[in-house]
Amino acid sequence: MTTTWNRHHLLDLQSLSAGEIITLLDAAREFKGVGQREIKKVPALRGKTVINLFVENSTRTRISFELAALRLSADVINFDANVSSLKKGETLKDTVRNLEALNADFIILRHSASGAPHFLARFARSHVINAGDGSHEHPSQGLLDVFTIREHKPRPDGTLKGLKVSIIGDILFSRVARSDIWALTRLGAEVTLCGPSTLVPAHFERMGCRVTHRIEEALDGADVVNFLRIQQERQGSAMFPNIGEFASLFGLTQSRAKRLKPDCLIMHPGPINRGVELESELADGNQSVILEQVTNGLAVRMAILYLLNGAANGS
Amino acid sequence: MSDSVNELLLTGGRVIDPASGLDQIGDVLLRHGRIAAVGPDAARGAAPQAKRIDVSGQVVCPGLIDLHVHFREPGQTKKEDIASGAQCAARGGFTSVVCMPNTNPSLDSPATVALVLDRARTACVNVFTTGALTKGIAGEELASIGALAKAGVVALSDDGHCIQNNDLMRRACEYARMFGLPVMDHCQDYSLVRDGVMHEGWYSTMLGLAGWPSAGEEMIVARNILLAEQTGTPIHCQHMSAAGSVRLIREAKKRGVPISGEACSHHFTLTDAALAGSAEFWKTDGAELAQRLFAGRELPVWPSFHTHFKMNPPLRTAADREAILEGLADGTLEIIASDHAPHTETEKEQEFAYAPFGILGLEVELALSLTQLLHTGRMTLPALLAKLTCNPARFLKLPDQRGTLAVGAAGDVTVFDPNAVWISRREETASKSRNNPFHDWPLRGRPTLTIVGGQIAWERPQPW
Repeated sequence: MTTTWNRHHLLDLQSLSAGEIITLLDAAREFKGVGQREIKKVPALRGKTVINLFVENSTRTRISFELAALRLSADVINFDANVSSLKKGETLKDTVRNLEALNADFIILRHSASGAPHFLARFARSHVINAGDGSHEHPSQGLLDVFTIREHKPRPDGTLKGLKVSIIGDILFSRVARSDIWALTRLGAEVTLCGPSTLVPAHFERMGCRVTHRIEEALDGADVVNFLRIQQERQGSAMFPNIGEFASLFGLTQSRAKRLKPDCLIMHPGPINRGVELESELADGNQSVILEQVTNGLAVRMAILYLLNGAANGS
Repeated sequence: MSDSVNELLLTGGRVIDPASGLDQIGDVLLRHGRIAAVGPDAARGAAPQAKRIDVSGQVVCPGLIDLHVHFREPGQTKKEDIASGAQCAARGGFTSVVCMPNTNPSLDSPATVALVLDRARTACVNVFTTGALTKGIAGEELASIGALAKAGVVALSDDGHCIQNNDLMRRACEYARMFGLPVMDHCQDYSLVRDGVMHEGWYSTMLGLAGWPSAGEEMIVARNILLAEQTGTPIHCQHMSAAGSVRLIREAKKRGVPISGEACSHHFTLTDAALAGSAEFWKTDGAELAQRLFAGRELPVWPSFHTHFKMNPPLRTAADREAILEGLADGTLEIIASDHAPHTETEKEQEFAYAPFGILGLEVELALSLTQLLHTGRMTLPALLAKLTCNPARFLKLPDQRGTLAVGAAGDVTVFDPNAVWISRREETASKSRNNPFHDWPLRGRPTLTIVGGQIAWERPQPW
């Protein structure tokens, strides 16, 4: 089901076919192997320049992309928006043109405005990778999530057909939710979304998801439960009374966890609010694959860089 | 036109005057800047030296009126100024326009109004202006409405902003009534709309953009209906975008409430699917348009998150678009406007959330109206033209019988070919800006001649 990769940018998962997603995941599997070797570096991107343009703060995604680029032997520059000319009123377009004048090959953009990478891709010559745009998408996170699920629940055809995956928490403001939904549904998983009615509007059903506001319905029979953080920074008005009520209605407690199938995976893209989305014991328990997600993220991001660079001419 | 005679005779056109119900092949004679004669015998009164223009095959109607434009002067003349905006109007077949007050400074004082009216004197079409309802269009205290009336504004509006305080809106309406000035309102409840940048619905959910819910408009339309009823002051709801707004106005008008609504050409043509990019639009809400307009032609292409589709109020769903078309057809919405809102490319070339709201409109408004309302069979040509001529003129009580072809009326006449198919291009504009979302669209119907005060303000190069 793999397909030839011929995209110049990675802007979202919504526009990718199942074949393209599987191609990326298969490439990531190879790179995960590289990460387990004594020498973790390959020369695929030697002489290439990767710019981490993080206009919105992030630590884990930036580090993961940085390390992915370094392991592919690229030169990496981290662009800190807080001390940059963007603070002085320079437009994103001018910033990127300046970076391209330095012959940047890849621009990895994290931005609080949805669609910022799509805007950038209209004029950028370099490869644009969306590292999270507003509430829109976070493609590398969506890919690493399905990669992790696929490792634990493999199907011969590489898909996730018939798997029941529940995404719980703040869906409305979550870019991870959207990328997860597109990747999961493309690969055939059955997705249930769960959270307060203010944060899981019915429009999500049109993405092919079931929507529920009772966590029990999301836990029962699930093969994977993925908990998303409350995006307090994106919520201007009260979407629920307080964090305590949210936790009591939608948090994964030990007693609720008893409803889970024994082989149900517990996931979280981080950073975790321990005791809110899930109790500490469950985050660290044997059903949790949260740290594997981090490891897999590195492999997925290497695969993204590698494929965009042009797998056909690569090593 | 010869100075000594100062007569212009348009011969052989289909003459439509919605105000009088006239619709027949005939001539229109203009003399000394006014309508001198209309009808099959009009040519008889013409002097032998009169300039004659054969307009057979064309429609001749009262000069079109757009009561909702932003000409950005004073203060934002990089986007547009009164001279360039007026040229857009003339190219679009409009002989009169009404400027909105959200300039910099805003039109809340007789001095800024005087500046606009001074610039208007040399513009190629009639430029009228609104004055602000509140100081600095800030919605906090009344502007000097009496002084604005004296300075010559034709209506009041805080367009671009909306008075949130219901008591202040009530008092503004009551006070405006004393001067006979109509009140126009940009209907937006800030607490509901918050930082919304596009219609709240499926596409905002998919794109992760902050939603601008329909209720954010409908809430204020409902408020305005109650206040129009309470105060007796006519309130005009500007750029209606939501089906619920149309329904509210329809019900209120049945009860005789002095409320009215306008529709903008982009709201009855496009939908929020356009924000997801051209492929999504043509596949879904634009499928019928693609078939009707583009049969055999290549479809225009634009990416998702394109800011040329960002305006306030936003593009809404196909059901909303349908409701606006129906509201126009059944008379609920009496006026068509452009909300011509120029912004420079630098301003528009930003992240979607940061780019300003607004698009150009004057040069495509007539074509879009014909394409969407006449050529679909929804409306007759006279009924459609009423919404661009006598209805806005009557609402604004414009002087000199504007919006009609009555003998003695101001000699404002528009001539257009209702069937000519042409391609709208971003770079082909008189505007200082380029934010036209209808780039590469074939549209059916276009102006050929715009006559203001008996003089040709703009003329399409021959052959027509």
